[in-house]
Amino acid sequence: MKAIRPLRGAVSLLIEQKTVYKMTALFAGLVAVLIASAALGDIKFSPIAAFQTILGFGDPFQHMVVYSFRMPRILVALCAGAALAAAGAILQGLVRNPLASPDLIGMTAGGSAAVTAFLAIFSDKNNALTVSIAWLPLAAFIGAAVTAFLVYLLAWKNGMSPIRLILIGIGLTAAMKAVTTMMMIIGPIYQASKANMWMTGSVNGSSWGEVMIMAPWAVIGLISVLIASRHLNMQQFGDELAIGAGAHVERQRFFFLALATALVGGAVAFAGGIGFVGLMAPHIARRLVGSHAGPLITAAALIGAILVMLADLAGRTLFLPLEVPAGVFTAAIGAPYFIYLLFRTKG
Amino acid sequence: MTTGTKAGLLFIGTVMTIILMAASVVYGYTDTTWKGVYDSFTSFNGSNEHIVVQTVRIPRALIAACIGMSLAMAGVIMQTLMKNPLASPDILGINAGAGFFVVMGLVMFGVGSNQSITWLAFIGAALAQFLVFVLGSAGREGLTPMKMTLAGAAIAAMFSSITQGFLVFNEAMLDQALFWLAGSVQGRNLDLLLSVLPYLAAGVLGAMLLAGKLNVLAMGEDVARGLGLHTGFTKIAASLLVVLLAGGAVAVAGPIGFVGIIIPHIARSWIGIDHRWLLPFSGLLGAILLLASDIASRYIIMPQEVPVGVMTAAIGVPFFIHIARKGGMSR
Repeated sequence: MKAIRPLRGAVSLLIEQKTVYKMTALFAGLVAVLIASAALGDIKFSPIAAFQTILGFGDPFQHMVVYSFRMPRILVALCAGAALAAAGAILQGLVRNPLASPDLIGMTAGGSAAVTAFLAIFSDKNNALTVSIAWLPLAAFIGAAVTAFLVYLLAWKNGMSPIRLILIGIGLTAAMKAVTTMMMIIGPIYQASKANMWMTGSVNGSSWGEVMIMAPWAVIGLISVLIASRHLNMQQFGDELAIGAGAHVERQRFFFLALATALVGGAVAFAGGIGFVGLMAPHIARRLVGSHAGPLITAAALIGAILVMLADLAGRTLFLPLEVPAGVFTAAIGAPYFIYLLFRTKG
Repeated sequence: MTTGTKAGLLFIGTVMTIILMAASVVYGYTDTTWKGVYDSFTSFNGSNEHIVVQTVRIPRALIAACIGMSLAMAGVIMQTLMKNPLASPDILGINAGAGFFVVMGLVMFGVGSNQSITWLAFIGAALAQFLVFVLGSAGREGLTPMKMTLAGAAIAAMFSSITQGFLVFNEAMLDQALFWLAGSVQGRNLDLLLSVLPYLAAGVLGAMLLAGKLNVLAMGEDVARGLGLHTGFTKIAASLLVVLLAGGAVAVAGPIGFVGIIIPHIARSWIGIDHRWLLPFSGLLGAILLLASDIASRYIIMPQEVPVGVMTAAIGVPFFIHIARKGGMSR
C-alpha cells in the first residue's frame, strides 16, 4: 500500500494514497454540485458565471440571486447532508449494523417532534418566537437524544439485536409522529403547513442567520468525530476485542452516541427530517474507501452533502415553478435501497 | 374453551360496541342527553342539539365502528398471511399506499367525488399489498418476518414522504388533504361511508367465508398444501380482502394506525386462534377500540380534539414495542 504520512510525532496520520485520490474526486464532485446548485434554478446562469459570482466577481444581479437566495439553502443542505451522513456512519459503526441510521432508529422523528414542540411552546399570540431561534438546535438535540436513549433502552434485552433496535425505532418513530401531530394542533395554525414541510425535510427558505448557527455546529461536530475516529475503529471490532486492546468501551460509546445525536439535532433543526441520507451515504462511502473510520466518515460526509444538495437542486428545478421538498427525493431513492440492503444482509 | 364461552364473548363484544356507539352519540363538546338523542329520532324538532346528533354524532359513531372493524380484520388476515405478529395495514405500508393515491388524486387531478376517492384508495392499497406480497416471496425463501416488517416500514416511509411532497403542488387542496391525512373519524362525510360500505361488507363477508382456509394456512405452507389447500388461491384471496378492508377504511377515515396490530393479539389471547371466531371477535374489538379512542379524544384538550390516530398511536406504540421485544423470532 502506498501511504502518505503528513504529520509525524505526537499526532500522526497515515493515509492510503488511493484514498486521497478518491477523496479529492469526491471533493471535486461536491464543488461541482455546489456550482451547479448556484447556477440552476428559476433563473439560470452559466456554470462559469456562477463560479465567478461565488468568488465575488459576478454582476450585482447575479450576486444577489446567488448570495441572497441560493447560497443559504445550498449551505444548509450541505451541512445537513454531511451531518446526517456522518451520524449514520457513526451509528453503523457503534451498533455494528449496516441498517442503523438516524432516521430508522427514530432520532430524526424525535428531533422533529422537539422542534414542533419548541415552536408551539415558545410562540406568542402573534406567532412571534419568545426566545431566540438559536436555541432551536438544542431543542432538536434534546429530542433526538431522548429518543435515541429510549430506543437503546427498550431494545436492550440480554444484549442488543440489530433488527430489534430498528423495530423499536419504528415504534418510537410512530410515537414521535403522534407527538408532532399533537404539537401542530396545539401550536399556532400557521405552523401546520410549515411543519408539513419540516417532516418531509426541506431547506426551502433557509437564511444566512440559520447558516451561521448551523455551520459551526456541523463543523465542530465533524471535526470532533474525525479526531476521535480512531476510537471508533476499536468499537467496530466489538466489545471484547476493544476492551482487550485497552479501550474504555462504554465511555467511548456514550461519547460517540452523543456526537451523532448532536449532528442529527443540528441537521433536523434547520432542514427537517431528510430521510435515508444517513443510511445511504455511509454505505456508498464504505464501498469506496473501506471501513476505516477516518476516511469512511469523511467520505460519507462528502457523499451525504452531495446527495442532499442534489435532492434540493432536483426539488427546485424539475417541477418549476413548484418546489418539492428535498426529503421526497431522498426517500424515493432511499427506501428501495434500504429494501435491497435487507435482502443482502444475512441473519 | 367451549363454543358457548366463545359465543358469550362475541355477545359481550356486540353489546359493548352498541353501548359505545350510543355513548359516542351522547358525549362530546355539545351537551346532549340520552333523552335528547332519543327525541331526535322520535320527534326531530330542528334544535341545535338534534341537528348535532343527527348530522355529526351519528355518522361519526357509525364510521368509527365500521373503520375499527375493518382495520382489525385486515390486521388478522395480514398476520396470518405473512406469519408475522407485527404485520398490519399501517406497519406494512398499505394505509400509506392508499393515502398516497388519494392525495395524488385530490391534488393533481382535483378529483373529489366519493367514488373516485374510494377507487384511488383501493388502487393504492392494492399496489402496496402487491409490493409487500412480492417482497415477502422474492428470493429463495423471501424475507424473514422481522425483515419484512422493516421493508414495510420503508415502503410506508417512502409513500408518506412522496405524499407530503405532492401537497406542495396544490396549496388550495393542502387543508383538505392534511385534514384527511391526519386520520380521523370526525367531520367525515356519511355519504363517503355509504359509498364504501358495500366494499367493506364484501370484505367482512369474504373474510368469514375464507376463515376456514385461513385456519389451514396458519398451520404453515407445507401442511396446508398437504391437506389439499390451494395455498396460492387462498393467499391471493386473502390479499384482496386486505385491500378491500384496509383500502376502504383509509378512503373514509384516512390512515389510522395501530388498530390493525393491537387488536388481533388481544383477540387471539381471549378467543383463541380459530379464525371463524377470531375474525368476528377482532372486528368487534376493533370497533370498540376506535369508538373508545374517539370518545376519549374529545375530552383530552377540550374544546379542541386530538386526532383519533394520535390516540391509537398512544395506546399502540407501547404494545408494538412489547411485541417487538417479546418476539421469539428475534432475527
